[in-house]
Amino acid sequence: MKKAGKVHKPTTTRKRLLLFVLFGWLLLILGDRVGELELYQGSFVATYALAITSVVLLTGYSGQLSLGQSALMAVGAYAGALSIFNAGWHPVIGLIMSALIAGVFGLILGLVAARLSGPYLAGTTLALAISLPTLANQFPILGAEEGIAFDVGPAPARFGEDFSQYKWFFWISALASLIMVFFIVNLLSSRYGRTFKAVRDNPVAAQLSGINVEQLKVSAFAISSGVAGLSGGLLVMLISGVSPSAFPLSLSFSLLGAAVVTGLYNLKGVILGGLVLVAIPEIADSLVSRIGGSDNLTTVLPGFLVSALLILAVVFTPNGPGHLLKKHH
Amino acid sequence: MSLIVEGLTIDHGAIRAISNVSFKVGQGQLTAIIGANGAGKTTLLRTLSGLKEAASGSATWNGSSILGVRAEDLARSGIMHVSDGKSVIAELSVKDNLALTGLWRKDKKDVAEATKEVVELFPILGQRMNQSAGSLSGGERQMLAIGRALIARPRLLLLDEPSLGLAPLIVEQIFQTIKSFVKRMDLTVVLVEQNAMGALKIADQGIVLNLGSVVLTDSAENLLNDPAVRSAYLGF
Amino acid sequence: MTQFITAVLTSLSSGAIYALMAIAIVLVWRSTRVINFAQAGQAVLTTYIGYTVIQRTGSFWLALVVAVISGAVIGAVIDRFFMRPIFKRVKSGPIVMIAPVVATLGLLGIIQAIIGFVWGITNQSIEAPVSTGGYKIMGTVIAFSSYNLLVLVFVAVAMLLLTLLFQRTNVGLALRASAYSPEIAKLSGIKVDSVRTLGWALAGAFGGLAGMLYIPGYFLYPNAMDLLLVLGFIAAVIGGLESLFGAFAGGMVLGFAIIFSTTYISPKLFFPTAFIVLIIVLLVKPAGLFAPKKSRGA
Repeated sequence: MKKAGKVHKPTTTRKRLLLFVLFGWLLLILGDRVGELELYQGSFVATYALAITSVVLLTGYSGQLSLGQSALMAVGAYAGALSIFNAGWHPVIGLIMSALIAGVFGLILGLVAARLSGPYLAGTTLALAISLPTLANQFPILGAEEGIAFDVGPAPARFGEDFSQYKWFFWISALASLIMVFFIVNLLSSRYGRTFKAVRDNPVAAQLSGINVEQLKVSAFAISSGVAGLSGGLLVMLISGVSPSAFPLSLSFSLLGAAVVTGLYNLKGVILGGLVLVAIPEIADSLVSRIGGSDNLTTVLPGFLVSALLILAVVFTPNGPGHLLKKHH
Repeated sequence: MSLIVEGLTIDHGAIRAISNVSFKVGQGQLTAIIGANGAGKTTLLRTLSGLKEAASGSATWNGSSILGVRAEDLARSGIMHVSDGKSVIAELSVKDNLALTGLWRKDKKDVAEATKEVVELFPILGQRMNQSAGSLSGGERQMLAIGRALIARPRLLLLDEPSLGLAPLIVEQIFQTIKSFVKRMDLTVVLVEQNAMGALKIADQGIVLNLGSVVLTDSAENLLNDPAVRSAYLGF
Repeated sequence: MTQFITAVLTSLSSGAIYALMAIAIVLVWRSTRVINFAQAGQAVLTTYIGYTVIQRTGSFWLALVVAVISGAVIGAVIDRFFMRPIFKRVKSGPIVMIAPVVATLGLLGIIQAIIGFVWGITNQSIEAPVSTGGYKIMGTVIAFSSYNLLVLVFVAVAMLLLTLLFQRTNVGLALRASAYSPEIAKLSGIKVDSVRTLGWALAGAFGGLAGMLYIPGYFLYPNAMDLLLVLGFIAAVIGGLESLFGAFAGGMVLGFAIIFSTTYISPKLFFPTAFIVLIIVLLVKPAGLFAPKKSRGA
């Protein structure tokens, strides 16, 4: 943790930057090769991956089990929508506001949450997840039931006529997610990130060696909320508007489930997690058409699959792809 | 009916708390297990009473194995463990605490009878029947814990440091009381103690445990007179 | 004046229902140290079962009885065949702390999916068995009906029975002992696992009662009890998760807080009030307003 870390750090970050840029470039090239549907789905994968990142940071790294990610995404979504629609700002500013406002909200929430342990935190965030979306109904400025439009506009003219809206969505969501995840990965590899591991491994020892656990938890909450907020903004960009029904409680469950399945304690599985979340409704659909079920079945099957996945994951693969735990030193 | 322990090995997390321990306690005998803190005595007892799993080895009581059996089943078959820390439920009354070991027994008359006997043995409990166990003194709690165990009419009694935290006068009382009812009820007893002197004085057999292994096994009298034991554990 | 009386009476009957759910939560918490989020699913499931009974027989009362009994059975089954294996299986690692919670969440989703599949997701409703029109007192109609009174009576009786069970019976003593100290209970020969299952059965029964009493006047759909669970949770936290009396008191406090703020300040404050009360209690006295100091009794 001492000298070796400091010497290698700049090189690792640079390597990582290179990796991410390469990956981003690959994605964009890929974007040229695939169809509209894939682009749209890919956008969701990226957005969900980002949301799952926030869960990994909050629940995996800082050990705070929160069911309120959907609420924080909603906060970000509304913040972004209001910025673009009501204040008339540029969409990029809108997305930044999504992250920022949600982050501030998360900071305040985190101050309360840091004092809460397991079940209390879960229950409180559950209350938040259920009640926050309904707040939109109460205040007309939030657009009530119909919500507010979220319009990032078409692609810039210089990209040419063939640059479809979906491709534009893909570019925005993939790049925004990539940039954000890059920051988070760097953050978690730094001393800040290592502190989390220390606290997780031995909270008493960590505290004795001077780590301010509460501060750590609050900061994790704030950052994770900012990430969630951005993903919320991206999500409503994809559906062109935010409304109370866009962020149901089940979304929190889905994110948690995907995070647990693909690895709660590291970021390696977030893209896979995003894929899982996009795939499940598809799988459900094809299952239903194969066994010829009712409409009811189609509606409930995705939720059922996610819940079953959650249970199986937490029982059978408690540490995700498992290699993080082996690297314990 | 005897307790036979052979090659018992118990792990506590990553630490081997008990290593290859063997001993035998004959029926009606009182065996004292002494040793310093951390010798593994409590872990040993907790494994014999079913609260903990052994890594290997065997332990049989009356011919049947008591390892891997649930604690509540062992308790119901006559093995009573009075665990350390004055194991009473502070939030319940003395009366309720005493009633715990009789809840599952079918012969309610015998339970009432046994309770009467215990109150005769420890009159202070009778006086404090409706008070919360948390309001009792250390010595009284110990009596309550032991009394509760006796109501179950156990055959094998596992006592974990009954003298811990008690004033010397009370300790003397407790040891004498233990000795008396052990003889009277023909109980087989394993007494784990840091107070080596007090324990050996009422015991038939003594086992010295150090860092999880048996260092010495002998009659209590011999151990009391053994110079090595005296200097290490008896403070002479 | 009538507004005040109405508010008080309505607070009592709302609070009573929150109290029922809070008790269900506390019963499980004390025996298993888990907040059973699936309770929202169990309660709504038993309510749907009650709904089916009403469809077939037209009797609310029969439905109520069936709901309570099926609630107990479902609760016991969940503990015995779902929670117990999970506890056995997940014993180490950082996941231990969140695994049971996550498991109950997963279970909630599964129950709600099953309900949607069997009964469909469209809104249903159950009618109250007695009048829901307000009483007339001294010429004015107050917003307190025979139904509200019924709820109060049921809850009072249920509380009484539960208290008698805990304080006066052997089973109750076993339940208390196992909650305070599972180890001492085990060493005394009490089958702690079975006792725990009983606790879940009781919780399920209370959840069943809460669901059936709550639903008249609201729509019945798979997520219909999510809010009730949250309110029950908040009530339980207010009272301190450790005592049944606290759960009841917490329910009442929450009922009063919500009704009074929505009556006198603004109807929009339903959620904010509940949430604020929760936050205040968690910050000021996290152990709960009615947490026993030197605890005595159930």
